[in-house]
Amino acid sequence: MSVYVLVVNGHRQSVDASPDTPLLWVVRDNLNLTGTKFGCGVALCGACTVHLDGTPVRSCSTTVAQAAGKRITTIEGLSSDVGHRLQDAWIAEEVPQCGYCQSGQLMSAAALLTTNPKPSDADIDQAMSGNICRCGTYQRIRHAIHRAAGTEVTDAR
Amino acid sequence: MPADARVSRRDFLKTGTTLGAGLTIAFYVPPRLLARFGQTTADPADLAPNGWVHIGTDGVVTVTVDKSEMGQGVTTAYLMLIAEELEVDPTTVRVGPTPENPAGWTRRMGTGGSSSVRSSYDILRKAGAAAREMLVAAAAQQWGISPDACRAERGMVIETAGKRKIAYGRLVTRAATLPVPADPTLKDAKDFRVLGTRVRRFDTPVKVNGTAHFGIDVRVPGMLYASIERSPVFGGAAKHVDDTTAKSAPGVRHVTVLEWSPDDTKAARMETSVAVVADRYWQALTARRTLGIDWAERPPTSLDSPAITAKFAGLAQQPGVRARVEGDAAAAIATVAKKVEAVYEVPYLAHAAMEPMNCTASVRSDGCDVWVSTQNQSATQRIAAQVAGLPVDRVRVHTTYLGGGFGRRSETDFVAEAVRLSKEVGAPVQVIWTREDDIRHDFYRPATYNRLVGGLDAGGNPVVWTHHIVGASISLSKHQALENGIDGSLVEGAANLPYAIPNILVEQTAVDLPVPCGYWRSVGSSHNAYVTESFFDELARAGGKDPYELRRVLLRDQPRLLAVLDLAADRAGWGKPLPEGRHRGIAVAEAFGSYVAEVVEITLADDGKCRVHRVVCAVDCGPTVNPDTIEAQMQGGIVYGLSAALYGEITIEGGRARQGNFNDYPVVRMNEMPRIEVYIIPSTQKQGGIGEPGVPPIAPAVANAILSATGSPVRQLPMVQNGRSRIAMK
Ligand code: FES
Ligand code: FES
Repeated sequence: MSVYVLVVNGHRQSVDASPDTPLLWVVRDNLNLTGTKFGCGVALCGACTVHLDGTPVRSCSTTVAQAAGKRITTIEGLSSDVGHRLQDAWIAEEVPQCGYCQSGQLMSAAALLTTNPKPSDADIDQAMSGNICRCGTYQRIRHAIHRAAGTEVTDAR
Repeated sequence: MPADARVSRRDFLKTGTTLGAGLTIAFYVPPRLLARFGQTTADPADLAPNGWVHIGTDGVVTVTVDKSEMGQGVTTAYLMLIAEELEVDPTTVRVGPTPENPAGWTRRMGTGGSSSVRSSYDILRKAGAAAREMLVAAAAQQWGISPDACRAERGMVIETAGKRKIAYGRLVTRAATLPVPADPTLKDAKDFRVLGTRVRRFDTPVKVNGTAHFGIDVRVPGMLYASIERSPVFGGAAKHVDDTTAKSAPGVRHVTVLEWSPDDTKAARMETSVAVVADRYWQALTARRTLGIDWAERPPTSLDSPAITAKFAGLAQQPGVRARVEGDAAAAIATVAKKVEAVYEVPYLAHAAMEPMNCTASVRSDGCDVWVSTQNQSATQRIAAQVAGLPVDRVRVHTTYLGGGFGRRSETDFVAEAVRLSKEVGAPVQVIWTREDDIRHDFYRPATYNRLVGGLDAGGNPVVWTHHIVGASISLSKHQALENGIDGSLVEGAANLPYAIPNILVEQTAVDLPVPCGYWRSVGSSHNAYVTESFFDELARAGGKDPYELRRVLLRDQPRLLAVLDLAADRAGWGKPLPEGRHRGIAVAEAFGSYVAEVVEITLADDGKCRVHRVVCAVDCGPTVNPDTIEAQMQGGIVYGLSAALYGEITIEGGRARQGNFNDYPVVRMNEMPRIEVYIIPSTQKQGGIGEPGVPPIAPAVANAILSATGSPVRQLPMVQNGRSRIAMK
């Protein structure tokens, strides 16, 4: 076990964990931030997406040692302007069904809009295809991202 | 939970007092599809209520229902049904805590079979209407006028001719002393303000900020985490367990072998497993990976998918049990102008709900608490009591949000594990399955093998239809008796073939295999609609008919299916030219009392991979509660069914499931998401369900588009296997 100092959602916190512990379990179990979800454990589903220095990463496949010293943002800390616009758009489009994948979806979408404020459908496909939704909310996610970005929904597929 | 006295089946509404000051109406919604969830006897004449509407002295309306929210929007629908009649704004209605002791107040608590709104539509409205009439009567009494001179509106009673109005909160004390109307008057549909509108889901805000609480998010003081290695072979046992490394790993508290008695196995899994319990989940999981287990090579390790197929194929040559007989198919087939024969196969499927299975239990000598995302609280309570060795009513079941259900969460294997471990280690334990655990130890959608023979008359019209379904049986897998030799789930969607064909024979052979089977979103229709609707297009093609036009003719006695068929075809522009390379396919299905038609547009790549661009869906599910929820459920069902049609397959090798995660059990992702349009038929007919009926038509609609594109039918799912398309290009 080692002690790591993490900066999570703007707060410095020290946690006791073995170096190989995935950031996912540190965030969920040590810090009790349960909004970040476990879906596959091997970077295939995106449910565990958080931002590391603003970049989306799969926290199930990022160790606490790798995350130490970086700025970590979880769904609970998604307070940027882009984040709020997305959350409002998610509500307006009634995106969630079971809701389990949605933290990860929002974190991926927030990272997309931060680097690409006016994404095309192709950009959305590219940025969001790492996030699985078993409830099948993809169309509404696409609409919500366009709504938050102020871009037009064409639904051309 | 409120222990109001029982209500009789005839007067299912009564006032209660246990929810505190104010007016409480208790009501009873009968569960449907009882047998499917393990209840086989009819309801008794006396029933404990399973729902309450409470209006406090502050005017706040709280609705308590016994349904699990797994994304299907049931809670919002229930609030809407009550709010409509109670004349309150549904977005102000609060949701009470889900009842925790089903045995104490109702016979069965669970959510499934697309049944919630169907079973409650009238009853919830009556509960709201009864409360409204009592509030109106209370106001009339207070003012000394006739109730007919008053009306209810937006949480108030208003004197129609005068200026007086009074808020519900100030009437509830008086109203609670009045008799409950036995048969309150329901509003006319033309006066609806809530039903049929897009009321916002009450659970959306917590699902966009990470605060929605799922089973995996439960935190109990002193709780330990468990990760469990289960015998990879279904029903397997351990010969030797080397846990030396695991036991000394950091944070590990216990390593324990779980074996199940025949009694437990009704709800638990048969196979032996080894559990590692630790302070933190990651510690439990990493220590689990150091276990050295010698799994006993006890049967059925020779079981594999080719052997299962061979067994099914052999059985398909013999007569099955007759599930439907019209005319005389055997005699008629000898006289047809043209005969079409086909074999269709579908694989086992895993559910792969987004939230892996998990359960938290705390067993003490005086009782047990279980926190779980479950579709089946009654079975959870029963198995927990049995494993803990406690009376049923000493178990409290705390229902969280469900990260997907799809039928998987009607099972209780994960509950048995958590309760057993908590009892053994004397602390609360949370069991978390990995995704590999989830996919390799599911209760699978059965694999089936189907022999079909169709006969056409000289005009190309189908006059004979025979279908023999040989398949793994959910009932037999669950040690349930078949009714007259038939597993209803296995023939659902096939025995009820809707077409006016004079000679029909549907036979079934239910096979008991060691692969655990269970209910998978839309159950039998998930495979039978694919088989029957695809074979239908083969017949249409053989007879030189347009598949839409032929359906129109043969659905002449099925007005609701005909209407959705026509609507979908019209909106999809059936028959109109398509861009180069695009092809259409159409399919219909009746499932869970609802009628759905889907038309797809596809393209095929050179390697035979199919891309679905557009899906037009028309649905008649009876009176609309929330059109937004219907759309969402159709979209979700289509994506779920499309994932299965394109990629879904569990193969059995050496008695175990081969796939384990989303790499080898792929699902549709954003980049493959078609545009989906949903059209709802305005309907005043019998209510149907919406959670499942979107699934069945999508696989055959895609298969039929491929048939149209290539001239070859798609007789086996999934369409893509190990990354390679099975579609033969021209
Ligand atoms: S849990 Fe990390 S990508 Fe699936
Ligand atoms: S909303 Fe259920 S998995 Fe996405």
